[in-house]
Amino acid sequence: MTGTWKLVRLILRRDRVVMPLWVVFLGVIPLSYIATIDELFPTAAGKAGYAATSAHNAGFVALYGQLFGSSIGELVTWRAGFLPVMVGLVSVLTVIRHTRAEEEAGRHELIGATVVGRHAGLAAAIVATCAANVVMGALLAVGMAGQGLPGAGSVAFGLQLAASGWVFAGIAAVAAQLTTGAGTARGIAMTVLGAAYLLRAVGDISGMTSGALAWLTGLSPIGWVQAIRPYGDDRWVIVAVVAVATLVLTAAAVVLSSRRDVGAGLLPPRPGPSVGALGSPMALAWRLHRGLLAAWVGGFVVLGVVLGYLAKDVGDLVGDNQELADVFARMGGAGGLIDSYLAGMAGIFGLIAGAYAIQAMLRARAEESGGRAEPVLGTAVGRLAWVGSHLFFSLLGPAAVLLVAGLALGLTHGLNTGDVGGALPKLLASTLVQLPAVWILSAITVVLFGVLPRYAAAAWAALAVCLLFGMVGSAIGLDQWVLDLSPFTHLPHLPGGHVTALPLVLLSGIAVALLAGGLTAFRRRDVPS
Amino acid sequence: MTDAISVTGLVKTFGQTRALDDLDLAVRTGEVHGFLGPNGAGKSTTIRVLLGMMRADAGTVRLLGGDPWTDATTLHRRLAYVPGDVTLWPTLSGGEVIDLLGRLRGGLNQQRRADLLARFDLDPKKKARTYSKGNRQKVALVAALASDVELLLLDEPTSGLDPLMEEVFREAVAEEKRRGDKTVLLSSHILSEVEALCDRVTIIRDGRAVETGTLADLRHLTRTSIRAELAGPVDGLADLPGVHNLHAGDGHVTFDVDTAALGAALRRLTDVGVRGLVSQPPTLEELFLRHYEVAR
Repeated sequence: MTGTWKLVRLILRRDRVVMPLWVVFLGVIPLSYIATIDELFPTAAGKAGYAATSAHNAGFVALYGQLFGSSIGELVTWRAGFLPVMVGLVSVLTVIRHTRAEEEAGRHELIGATVVGRHAGLAAAIVATCAANVVMGALLAVGMAGQGLPGAGSVAFGLQLAASGWVFAGIAAVAAQLTTGAGTARGIAMTVLGAAYLLRAVGDISGMTSGALAWLTGLSPIGWVQAIRPYGDDRWVIVAVVAVATLVLTAAAVVLSSRRDVGAGLLPPRPGPSVGALGSPMALAWRLHRGLLAAWVGGFVVLGVVLGYLAKDVGDLVGDNQELADVFARMGGAGGLIDSYLAGMAGIFGLIAGAYAIQAMLRARAEESGGRAEPVLGTAVGRLAWVGSHLFFSLLGPAAVLLVAGLALGLTHGLNTGDVGGALPKLLASTLVQLPAVWILSAITVVLFGVLPRYAAAAWAALAVCLLFGMVGSAIGLDQWVLDLSPFTHLPHLPGGHVTALPLVLLSGIAVALLAGGLTAFRRRDVPS
Repeated sequence: MTDAISVTGLVKTFGQTRALDDLDLAVRTGEVHGFLGPNGAGKSTTIRVLLGMMRADAGTVRLLGGDPWTDATTLHRRLAYVPGDVTLWPTLSGGEVIDLLGRLRGGLNQQRRADLLARFDLDPKKKARTYSKGNRQKVALVAALASDVELLLLDEPTSGLDPLMEEVFREAVAEEKRRGDKTVLLSSHILSEVEALCDRVTIIRDGRAVETGTLADLRHLTRTSIRAELAGPVDGLADLPGVHNLHAGDGHVTFDVDTAALGAALRRLTDVGVRGLVSQPPTLEELFLRHYEVAR
């Protein structure tokens, strides 16, 4: 472990911009919920009513988790239920970036040859990430307490977010030992994160209805941290459990790391063919994108089946609670309730598919900055053919995964309700209608790639804005014109809503214009730059 | 015969940095042309401009009779390029990469491919992830040398190769030269390689060509080192134009002399009586060092 502290400083130096950004951003967001919720529901009775309907809204519960009480602190914690996932995500990215990515790039070797311990790099990445999470949690706790909320609950809330970061830092540390490629390691850790969110959602929704699958929440680290129940029970013991889990994961990573050579993974690389069959940029792109596409298709099928399966139960929630029944009747009765749940889920599919669109397009930038575009562009392959091969997957990959998501949702919900013919087209339309907004994210990535290639990754910021607006925009009281900046705001809410062609045509038109601009800029710029 | 590459007044800037500053370069069809310069002199930038990957800010660039920026794709069918820093797709095997690059270029000579794989002792089944730097370099070299093209653009192609493989590379280029159907631009900072392979040489410093010509031409520009044992003291040597670094000692004298002044200097020595004479011919090494040491 010699040299760990020096490596921690190196990490802080390298992340001196990004890390404070997410620490402050994620630590401050929930503060803005307090005023919004107080404004909407000034009285305790109003809050109780809001809590009662929300706790029985399957869409909300799937998104944010269970709601345990109606105090302002509990409502804020619940509305911030997506934040543990975001915290987990940045922690995964930070740990992989400073472990496996370093090793793959060969920089780890350079450092490893100096006076640092064998596990110092791993230890430093975990220490730096966990410490950043603690700072974020402290910021949140101080902020919440400063707004007059109970001190103990605020500390528990801060620890909830921090703990989510810890456990996913540990998971990323293990994933980093398994493969030789940073991309695959990132994929493994993010799959675990996605599975944790899904298990939590399914378990929580099941807990509202039959309860048969409620135990799934207990398998999910996201479920664990939400079980801390800040401002309610403040279960400190769970914080300790998550901390221990993090230590166990870290120890596992250290054990795995001691059993392998620097640069190698636990899964050995297999030899390939001596004669190649690839002969076009498209064939190469297919080879580079197929794993990613398969993973996304698989993920969307699972997500679609599970969320589609739950849809029928959502309609049963009204039960015999007359007050709730009245509220839901205004929302369109049981049918309307199911539709609004499915529309919410289709919206989530759209946003997640946006991540895929950006990820696929950024492959082109990774090829360029990694020096792998040059050999191809040095042959008789034109620039448009090369960039087009990646753009193909950025545009049609999301189309494919939204298609399978719609199929999975429609088939499961249709079989469940005995009306496949009715549900399938309705739900296919609900996911496919997301495409114009997803394509705008592809197009924004292409523009950045063409004009400001070094900042192409800023496309993630565009997605973050869409996510923020989609998940918390109305809750933090943003004006409509601000919300309108997200392409997803303009999509029709299907099933149930009305479809007008104009927004879809306009969004597609904007995407085409952005694409044309980005591609033109790429043709004119230096490669690599 | 027209030049395969002709560059005049090429300027390329990156922000405040002037990477190429009024560069001239002429490579004749059929020759092996050495492109010498230290790291950061602008060799790779020049090659990227020649490939149409970077756009010239000023100057004219012609490659195989075309404009590399506007006719990039058609010109690329007729050339093969080996980048200075070869990175490959980690999940593809070496053989797959070679065939991919060959096909994208328009075809590969299978016999030469097999021959080069054997000579470079490269296992094409291995995934690129497991290759060392030298092996990645070999993959790019095999892909380039096995293709039927008119022009090879090689950017420091032997960096990372061991001496044995460097020798294989030299043989392969020498074969191309004997066959006489290819033009080669060989960027390098390894002088012995350039001396062994190249017909003509261009030396570049800070983005500007400082010398160009055949090796014989360049030697004329250099100085011969003379050490002579003399019968008596010699006069007037210091005043002779073209004599440098003169040191006169007890019965001997050492100096460097420009090729043009060599005859005159020797006459002064023979007038006194020469007992021993050591003369060192100029090497490219010295020429090179002279240019760079002056710059520093």
